[in-house]
Amino acid sequence: MEKQICGKVIHLNEEGYLTDLNEWTPEIAEELAKEYNITLSPRHWEVLKYLQSEHKNNVPLSIRKIGKSNVVDIKEFYALFPQGPLKISSKIAGIPKPASCL
Amino acid sequence: MMANHLHKSLSRPEWEITIIDEKEEHHYQPGYLFLPFDIYEPEDIVKTIDEFIPKDVHLVRSGIDKIEADSNKVLLSNGDVLHYDVLIIATGAKIAPEEIPGMQDEAWHKSVFDFYTFEGSLALRNKLREWEGGRLVVHITEMPIKCPVAPLEFAFLADSYFKNKHMRERVEITFVTPLSGAFTKPKATEALDHLLAEKQIHIESDFAIERVDSINKKIVDYGGREIPFDLLVTVPTNKGDECIERSGLGDDLNFVPTNKATLQSLAHDNIFVLGDASNIPASKAGSVAHFEAEILTENILRFIHGEPLKEEFDGHANCFIETGGGKALLIDFNYTHEPVEGTFPFPGVGPLRLLKESRMNHMGKLAFRWIYWNMLLKGTHIPFVSATMQEAGKEF
Repeated sequence: MEKQICGKVIHLNEEGYLTDLNEWTPEIAEELAKEYNITLSPRHWEVLKYLQSEHKNNVPLSIRKIGKSNVVDIKEFYALFPQGPLKISSKIAGIPKPASCL
Repeated sequence: MMANHLHKSLSRPEWEITIIDEKEEHHYQPGYLFLPFDIYEPEDIVKTIDEFIPKDVHLVRSGIDKIEADSNKVLLSNGDVLHYDVLIIATGAKIAPEEIPGMQDEAWHKSVFDFYTFEGSLALRNKLREWEGGRLVVHITEMPIKCPVAPLEFAFLADSYFKNKHMRERVEITFVTPLSGAFTKPKATEALDHLLAEKQIHIESDFAIERVDSINKKIVDYGGREIPFDLLVTVPTNKGDECIERSGLGDDLNFVPTNKATLQSLAHDNIFVLGDASNIPASKAGSVAHFEAEILTENILRFIHGEPLKEEFDGHANCFIETGGGKALLIDFNYTHEPVEGTFPFPGVGPLRLLKESRMNHMGKLAFRWIYWNMLLKGTHIPFVSATMQEAGKEF
């Protein structure tokens, strides 16, 4: 599925995750965050950068792992991305849906 | 299972096979699901280990202190040391209720139960026999867990159990999951969500538990969401064995990082990992260990002969899902294909139907206990069911 954001065409899968991280830009993240009524603060950005770097290193992500990452604790992670923090933050970071659930 | 496979292919005296197991009994773990509802009795699910050990295989009855992988040694709790050329780790997964504050306090096995241990399942049976109704919450703490469909089956069987006891109207059943729906794969989730609605089982999704408040009888998630209960049946965090942690071989949940296609440890060439002990992204289900065992046997023989390993394991899982009222669903899937509708094991014929409720599937589930004791543990191939998933007869 294609979507136009900030004058750029991006590709999303059926669940709304970016299919190609190369299409991601900080402006796109701001727009995706708005869909969840989130305004990205410096703390949000730290978490998003961490998620992207873990993804690039092929580290599987889980809420537990993020809680132990020293980047953010689970309580704050929920406060930053309410409801489904891992799914919402992954979507905004432009990385695939975490496969921590089989 | 591996000893039963390998002792046929490895000749003595060049090879000696030793199994280390601290327990005297082997439990049919899928039976823990049926024990609380008086469908199985304890004696249906427990057998002594000795009867499954081939004659020319040693059984060492001891716990494991740690594995010293760099020097190919296993240090036993009884002080002995075993040297190995090839090691298979099959230490499984178990529940760790201590991971969640409040889960294991005074209410443990009184109003807060697990059904992933023999003790928990039996305590829950006794509780259900006298329970007069109220709010039953069936809960998954975090993924991954053994047999990811078991909590759903528990909810379905509870619906059926209370109907039979003519007290369904006095019980409110809520299914609480950290996932965004009933299961991890979209098509199966759709079918299962529908069944939950039909059975009036309320679902609370995306719930990441922070603590159990057993005094006020509620579970609380990190976002502050609260769900009250009278009876909480939870699946606690599942972790690999502590001996994996002591050996420095595991990830943050004590699961051993493993190549998902060859089943070889990522850190040590002569260590292989079978079943729940590994971190591969397949279901932690008995059928998976069975399918893995066929491929692992071949890979261990290849390793011994210095040949390249087969990258063949595809994450194949095959699970019956009890839906209550003497019916069941069957799902068949792997790393890349989610469960879909179709027929099994014969394309277009069945007799089992995939992703559809039927009485035949329920008979299949009950027959599975016999297959487990008589074929799986003994390493016998199940006719017509292949280790890798078949695509024919399925509606992708």
